[in-house]
Amino acid sequence: MTVQDPRPESLPQRVWESVQRDELPPHDDRGRMRVVMNNLILHIHPSKVAKPTLKFTYTWGLGGLAILLMMILAVTGIMLMFVYTPTPERAYNDMLRLRTEIQFGQMIRNLHHWSGNLMVVVAFLHMLRVFFTGGYRPPREFNWVLGIALLLLVVAANFTGYLLPWDQLAYWAVTVGTSLLDYVPVIGPAISRLILGGPEVGAATLTNFYGLHVAIIPLMLMGIISFHIWRVRKDTLSIPRRLDEPPPDRVEKVTTLPHLVAIEFVFALVMIALILLWASWMDAPLEEAANPDHSPNPAKAAWYFMGLQELLLHFHPVFGAIVVPGLALGALAALPYLRFDSDAEGIWFRSRRGRVTAAVGALTGLVATPALVLLDEYLLDLPALLPSLPTIISNGWVPLAILLLMLVLYYVFVRRAFGASACEARQSVFTLLVVSFVVLTVIGVAFRGEGMALMWPWEVM
Amino acid sequence: MVAETSRGAEVTRRDFLKWAWGAAGAVALAEGGLVAYRFFAPKVTEGEFGGVFDAGLADDYPPGSVTPFPNGRFYLVRQADGGFLALYRKCTHLGCAVPWDQAAGQFICPCHASAFEIDGDVINPPAPRPLDRFPITIEAGAIRVDTGTTIQRDHTRPDDAVYA
Repeated sequence: MTVQDPRPESLPQRVWESVQRDELPPHDDRGRMRVVMNNLILHIHPSKVAKPTLKFTYTWGLGGLAILLMMILAVTGIMLMFVYTPTPERAYNDMLRLRTEIQFGQMIRNLHHWSGNLMVVVAFLHMLRVFFTGGYRPPREFNWVLGIALLLLVVAANFTGYLLPWDQLAYWAVTVGTSLLDYVPVIGPAISRLILGGPEVGAATLTNFYGLHVAIIPLMLMGIISFHIWRVRKDTLSIPRRLDEPPPDRVEKVTTLPHLVAIEFVFALVMIALILLWASWMDAPLEEAANPDHSPNPAKAAWYFMGLQELLLHFHPVFGAIVVPGLALGALAALPYLRFDSDAEGIWFRSRRGRVTAAVGALTGLVATPALVLLDEYLLDLPALLPSLPTIISNGWVPLAILLLMLVLYYVFVRRAFGASACEARQSVFTLLVVSFVVLTVIGVAFRGEGMALMWPWEVM
Repeated sequence: MVAETSRGAEVTRRDFLKWAWGAAGAVALAEGGLVAYRFFAPKVTEGEFGGVFDAGLADDYPPGSVTPFPNGRFYLVRQADGGFLALYRKCTHLGCAVPWDQAAGQFICPCHASAFEIDGDVINPPAPRPLDRFPITIEAGAIRVDTGTTIQRDHTRPDDAVYA
């Protein structure tokens, strides 16, 4: 007895349908939703999304851009692994080989280098976007915390990669960066020794950083990114609103395919083009081979640590390296768990008053930070004024207490003078601190020259 | 069941097992952590930095001299009074290699401009403490420096120096 195959299709068609179960291209919304639902990659998205969230100037595509950079970094990073040996004898020479011997070697290194640095910027901007549109409010509190973990991992990935070229820049930036750890009370020196694999940056450090950079940190990133995206899918995006617009009670939804996927695709293509262009024009820096006997002058940390390094020039190291950044990170993680006294989710800068007070915060940071840096550099010498106290108090607790008091006064001022709500005043303080951090970073990068003395940017070079 | 829990302080079987599982889990985690720590812990090789260095004869060093030992990461200092000090060249601020400036008679860090006396004492912050030192032993005029032990100090003291 012969069995009649119920499927009349040809063999190639049956093979194709075993891979792609849904009709392509789908001919109705139901089909479009099925494609998203049944596709391994597309199903990171829900099958339908709220139409207002597609507005590009709301999200600026920053989260998606971070994912794109992650993919570029994975591809170029794996390629680089095949031509790089993490030993002091070989590492620097491999950098030279990338430039001279290996076809497209410099190009791949440039792509990896610039994408890695752009990633730090994009992750930071993504955080700012979410903050200023109130996107971290319940139910998205925990995803904000995950985002902070991701930001730290991105910095850790960049920092461990920083050492791998084994040039002077790498060696001393990592020496300065890991020395910050020594100031963590009790456990700091032990952790620093463990990470460095010895008392100083050396062959063991290179091995450790390589393992962290190519395996541990990428795995952790992938795990937490999956969690982060899954949460975005579960919690959905906050809905953008105009000033004074009440929260919508019904939002129009459109199918993810093609409305969201098309935007993502085009944005990714544009960004890939821009990154390729940038990487073709700008070479990743490479200085002389690392020389542990000779620190360059000035020896600067990686650029995203320059804000911290600038703090170190003004505070006792325990405060510059540990207490101030620790407080900042703690406050950042606590933000979504504070009480909200206004409904502003989806509105840029909360409200009309929020926009004014945020601008006041930004302006205050822009003026006060350079002023305080100059004051401390040229006029104020707290340890000399308070000679009877140890420097950890005179140059640590005392200035920290003064600065915190000034912040509290600023908060009260914004609430009184502008009649700002707690949310708006908090946003103003946040803006002030973010701008201060950026200003400190700029001062560290562009205004610190030989001996870490203050000078004009054209004298630094 | 209800009667059991209502007796208050008494430990139920369920509580006991919960704690037993928790304790066993904690022990397993601690064991794993210890294995990982021992596996990744830094290893010191003999003859390299971290080992004991033979610095030759005491009489070969004139008083007031500073001699670098790049492999040992230290300077052998002979003070004007004849005492020997082995100073770790790593800046106590952020770890840069501090060079000896013969003309100025000071150690001056290129990174953040910390300056140190010939005995390692801080002349100029941001360095928070004097240069670290390594223990020296002098036997029959021969100097040996143990770079495996770093001695941190808040202040320099006369008995830091070792005499031949």
